[in-house]
Amino acid sequence: MLSFILKRVLQTAVLLLAVSVLVFIGCQILPGDVAQVALGQFATEDNVRALRLELGLDRPAYVQYLSWLAGILQGDWGQSITTKTSVATMLSERLWNTGLLALVTTIIAVPLALILGLLMAVGAGRTWDRGASIVVLGLSATPEFLIGTLAVLLFAVQLRWLPAVAYLSPGAGISQTARALFLPVLTLVIVVTAQIARMTRAIIANLLTQPFVEMAFLKGVPTRRVVGVHALINAVGPLANVVALNIAYLVSGVVVVETIFAYPGLAGLMINAVQARDLPVVQACALIFCATYVLMILLADILAHVYDPRSTAQTAEVKV
Amino acid sequence: MLDAAVVHRREMKLTLWISMFIIGLCTLVAIFSPWIMPHDPTEFVTDEPFGSPQVGIWLGSDYLGRDLFSRLIDGTRTTLVMALAATALAHLLGDTLGLLAALRGGWVDAVISRVADLILSLPKIIVGLVVVAALGPSIVVIVILAAIVYAAGVFRIARALGSDLVNMDFIKVAKSRGEGTGWILFAEILPHVAQPLAADFAIRMSFAILFMSSLSFLGLGVQPPLADWGGLVRENLGGLAAGSLVPIFPAIAIAVTSVALNLFVDSLDEHQRKQKGTR
Amino acid sequence: MSNSVLSIEDLVVEPVSGGRPVVDGISISVERGEVLALIGASGSGKTTLALTALGHLRPGLRIRRGSVTLDGTEMLRAAPQTLRSLRGRTIAYIAQSAAAAFNPRLRLDAQVTEVSRVHNTRPYKEALQAAHRLYGRLDLPNPEVVGGRFPHQVSGGQLQRFMIAMGLQESPLLLVCDEPTSALDVTTQVEVLRALKQGIADNNTAALFVSHDLAVVSQIATKIAVLRAGRVIEFGTAREILDSPREAYTRELVAASKHMTIGSAGAGHIIAPSPSHAATPLLTVEKVVAGFGKVTDGAPAVTTLSDISLKLHKGEVVGVIGESGSGKSTLARVIAGLHPAAQGKIYMDGKNLADTVERRTVSERQRIQLVFQMADTALNQKHSVGRILGRVLKFFHGTSGRAREARVAELLKMVQLPPEYANRLPSQLSGGEKQRVNLARALAAEPEILICDEITSALDTIVAESIIQLVEDLSKKLRLGIIFISHDLATVSTLAQEVTVLRHGRIVESGPTQIVLSSPKDPYTQLLVSSVPQARPGWLEEAIATRNRLRHALETDVLTPVSVSEGSRSTLAVSS
Repeated sequence: MLSFILKRVLQTAVLLLAVSVLVFIGCQILPGDVAQVALGQFATEDNVRALRLELGLDRPAYVQYLSWLAGILQGDWGQSITTKTSVATMLSERLWNTGLLALVTTIIAVPLALILGLLMAVGAGRTWDRGASIVVLGLSATPEFLIGTLAVLLFAVQLRWLPAVAYLSPGAGISQTARALFLPVLTLVIVVTAQIARMTRAIIANLLTQPFVEMAFLKGVPTRRVVGVHALINAVGPLANVVALNIAYLVSGVVVVETIFAYPGLAGLMINAVQARDLPVVQACALIFCATYVLMILLADILAHVYDPRSTAQTAEVKV
Repeated sequence: MLDAAVVHRREMKLTLWISMFIIGLCTLVAIFSPWIMPHDPTEFVTDEPFGSPQVGIWLGSDYLGRDLFSRLIDGTRTTLVMALAATALAHLLGDTLGLLAALRGGWVDAVISRVADLILSLPKIIVGLVVVAALGPSIVVIVILAAIVYAAGVFRIARALGSDLVNMDFIKVAKSRGEGTGWILFAEILPHVAQPLAADFAIRMSFAILFMSSLSFLGLGVQPPLADWGGLVRENLGGLAAGSLVPIFPAIAIAVTSVALNLFVDSLDEHQRKQKGTR
Repeated sequence: MSNSVLSIEDLVVEPVSGGRPVVDGISISVERGEVLALIGASGSGKTTLALTALGHLRPGLRIRRGSVTLDGTEMLRAAPQTLRSLRGRTIAYIAQSAAAAFNPRLRLDAQVTEVSRVHNTRPYKEALQAAHRLYGRLDLPNPEVVGGRFPHQVSGGQLQRFMIAMGLQESPLLLVCDEPTSALDVTTQVEVLRALKQGIADNNTAALFVSHDLAVVSQIATKIAVLRAGRVIEFGTAREILDSPREAYTRELVAASKHMTIGSAGAGHIIAPSPSHAATPLLTVEKVVAGFGKVTDGAPAVTTLSDISLKLHKGEVVGVIGESGSGKSTLARVIAGLHPAAQGKIYMDGKNLADTVERRTVSERQRIQLVFQMADTALNQKHSVGRILGRVLKFFHGTSGRAREARVAELLKMVQLPPEYANRLPSQLSGGEKQRVNLARALAAEPEILICDEITSALDTIVAESIIQLVEDLSKKLRLGIIFISHDLATVSTLAQEVTVLRHGRIVESGPTQIVLSSPKDPYTQLLVSSVPQARPGWLEEAIATRNRLRHALETDVLTPVSVSEGSRSTLAVSS
C-alpha cells in the first residue's frame, strides 16, 4: 500500500511539472510578448527591445521557463506588469480570502450532504427520496450564477439584510467577514451539497442492495445497525473519494462565485489579470488552482485505495 | 403502499415528457429564432435601461434598452449551436479514440490514456482562462477548447464500455473466427455502446452549456454585441441591485435546459430499467 | 396443535407488476428435527418460498394470500420488531453464495457473533466461545484464531462453513438453507454437506433445504417437495420420491440424477473405448505450458498449465476433467488460438498450428470451433439468432440469400429448435435454448474439432441432460472430434471414450474413461470419483471415509485448492 501511495505521489509530482510547462507555454504563445503588452501598441521598437532585455525575454524559452520555475520554488513569483508590484504580495491576501471561502463551504456542505444522501438512500424509492432526488438533481445541474443572482435578489435587494457585494478589507472584524462571506458561501454550499448528496445516495443505495445487507436483515440486525455498520463501513472509502473530488470541483465554483459577489479572492485577481493580459499573475494563479485540484485528486485516490478491501488484503497477508 | 410502484412509474413518465418538451422547445426556438424574435436583438426599443415589461417588450429591456426577449431567443441559438458543436466534436474524438484504445490496447491505449488523464487532472475553468488569456476570446477557440476538454471524459467512458465488451465471449468468438477490426467495432460492439454513449451525449451537452456560459459570464466567452445566455447574465448583472429581473431570465434558461437534459437521461434510464424488470 | 415448527398454508406470491404467481398456492409444514427439501429448476419459486419462512420478500414481489406460521407467529403480518427478534434466533438463513453474503469489511468472528449481540442473548465472551466451539465441530482449522480473519482471507468451502456456524450460533429451531453447496466444487461440497448434516443433527434442528440437485438432497432430507412453476407437484419422504416417483417430471429428475452418477449399479452407461485409431490423430497437444504475465525461458510469470499432452481422433470424444483453477478453460483457449502457449506445440492432422488465431489460416480456424460456457455472453445479445448463424455461414462458406436462410433453418433443426427462432433475439430464449444456438453457431462453420468448455454447468439438471444427449448424437452423426471440458465427472463419463484429469494445471491421470473412472490410480482422481453426489443412502458417509483415507496421500492442499485465477485468495487460504 505504501508503494502505491509513493507511486501516486511521484506521478503527481510529474503531473505538476507538466502542468507548469503547459501554463508557461499557454502564456507564451500569444502574439507579441510581455514587453509588448506592458508598453502598449504605441511603444517604440527600442523601448520594447530594452524592456525585453531587462525582463530576460531574449533568452531561449527553456531558460526562461527554468528561471521562472526556480523563482517559484524560492517564493519569487515575478512582478505584475500592470501594478509593477510583486506577484507574491498580491497573492498572499487573496489566497487567504479564497481559502477561507472554500474552508467554510466545506465545513458546512460536507456533513450536510452526507446526512442528506444517507437519508435519501435509506428511504430509497419512497416519496421523500424521489422528491429530494429531483431537487438535488436540479440543483447540481444549475449554474452557480443563477443561485448566486437569486440569493442577491432575495437577501440584498428584497430583504436588504446583506450587501450585494462582498466588501472585505484587510483586518476586517468577524462580523464584517461573516457578512461578506454569507452569500458566496450560501451559493457554493447549495451547489456542492447537491452534488455530494447525489453521489452519497447512489453509493449507499447501491450498498443496501448487496446480498450481505439482505443477510444482515435476515439475521435480525436492526435497520439502524445495518445502515450504520454494515453499509457505512463499506461506504467510507468511496465517500471520502467523493468528498475530496468535490472539494476539487470547488475550484471552478469559486471562480464564478467570486465574480458574482466581487469577492476579493484569487479568482477575481486571475480574471482581472486575464483581461489585462497580466501574464505573470495569470501564470501564478493558474498554477495555484491547478496544484490544489491535482492534490485533492491525489488525496481522493489515496483515500479510495486505503479503504479498498483488496488493497488491505496485502497488509493482512503480512500480519497473518 | 398499495400501488406505490404504479405512482412511481407515472411520475417517471411525467418527468420524461416534461424534459422532452423542454428540449424540443429549445431546439425549435434555436432553429426558427429569426422568425420568432419580435425585434432585432441589437435594436434599441426603449430609452431607459432595465425598462419594465410592457406589450411587445415581454421581458423588459436590457442595460442598453434592447428587447431582452429577442436577445434571449437569439442567445438560445448561439448557446445551443456552440454546445452542440463542442459536444459533437468531443464525442467524435472521444468515442473513436476510446473504442480504438479498448480494442487495440498496448501502446496506443497507454499514450491516449495518459493524455486524457492529464486533461482530466486540470480544472476546466482554469484551463479555459489560460487559453483565453493566450488566444483571446473567440467562438471558435471556445468551442474547440470545450471539445478537447470534454473529449477526455468521453474517451474514458467509451474506453470503459469498450473494454468491458472486448472481454466478452462473443467478441472472442468473432476474433477466433478471424473477423477484422471493422466488423468487430461496427457490428459487434457499436450496437451495445450506442445507447450509453447517446445518454452521455445529453449529459455532456449540459456540461458544455454550463462551461461555456460560465466563461461568457466571466466575460471571457462570447463577446458583445453577440451574446449567449451566460453573456446576457453578465451584461445585465448591474440591474440586479435595482431589483431588475432581467439577469435572472437567461440564468433560468441555462438552468432549465441543463436540468431537462439531465432529467431526460435519468428518467429514460429508470424507465428502461423498470421495463426490463417487469419482463 | 401439531408440533410443526413451520407451517405454510395456501401461499400465493406474485410479482408487483402482475403476471404469473411465483408461488402459486403452496401448503407445506416442517416438524421438529425434520429436513424438508424443496427441489426444482430455476424459476420454480423455491427460493421465494423459503424466504417467506423468514417473513422476507425480495423487492418486486407481494403476497396475494396465505399464511406462514413460524413457531406460533404469523410471519407475513408480524411487526418489524417481532420479525427482528425471531430472525437469527428462532430461524436462521444460509445463503447460496457465502462470498456475497459476508460483509467484506468485517471480521468473521464479528459477523458470526453478531446474532448473539443484536439479540442480547449472552455476553460477547461467551458468544465468542460458542462460535469457536462451532468452528471446531465444523472442522474449521485453528478454531480459536481463524475467526479473526476477513472473509476474503479464507477459501470458498471454509467461508460456507462459517456461514453454517453463523446460522447455528443461536441454535435456531429452523434453518433455511438456500442451495448451500451449489457454488462449490464437488470435493468441497462433500465437506460442507457433512458439516451441515452434523450441525442439523447436533441440535435436532428442523431445516428447509432448497436445491436443484436431487442427489445432494437425498443425503440430507427426510422429506422432499418437488416444485414446478410455483406449485408442489409431488411430496413424500425422501425414499418415496427417489424410489417410486409418481409424476413424470419427478421421474425425469430422478432419472437425470441417476444418469449423472458413475459407478452406481445399473445406472448410466459407460462408453467403450474406441476400437482402433488412425495413424495420425486429428489433433495433438504436445507438452503445452501456458499462463499469464511475461514469458521468460518458456515459463510465464503465473503458470496455469504445465506439460499438457493429449490426442484426439475423428469421431472421438475426449473428456477433460478439473475443478475450478485446474486450468481447463485455459487449455480450451490455447487450442482455439485465443491464448498463446508459452511452450509446446499443437498439431492438426500432423501439421503444426500457429499459436494465435491471427496467424492461422481461414480453413484452420473453420475446422476448430469453441463452444463457450455461458451462452449469455457468447451470443451477441443485439443480434438475432438468424444473424448470428448467418454471419458464420457467410464468413466461412460465402453462403447468402435463400441458401443461407435454408441452411440456418437446417442448423436450428439439427439442435432441435424450430426454424422461426431465426428471428428471435437471444434474450427471448431460455437458458437451454441459448446453449443450443451456441452449439449451432459452432456447427455452422462445419468444423472437424469441437471444443466444449463447461457447456452444461450453468444449466438445470434436466436441461443439461438434454444438451449432453444432443452433443452425443452430433458426435456420432457428424463424426466430430470433441474435447469435452467439465468439472462434472458424471457428465464426462457418459460421453467420453478417453479422459484426462487436471489438477493445478497438471495432468494427474489419463486413459480410457472406463478404466480411469472405475479403478482410478491417482488419489486425486479417487477423491473426485468418490465426491460425485449419488442418490443412494450412505453415499455421503462413504465419501467422507474415502476422503479421510486419502487425506494423507493428498497432503493438505486438497482442502484448500490453490486456484491460480483467484490468486490472492489462494495464498491466504488456511491450511489445515
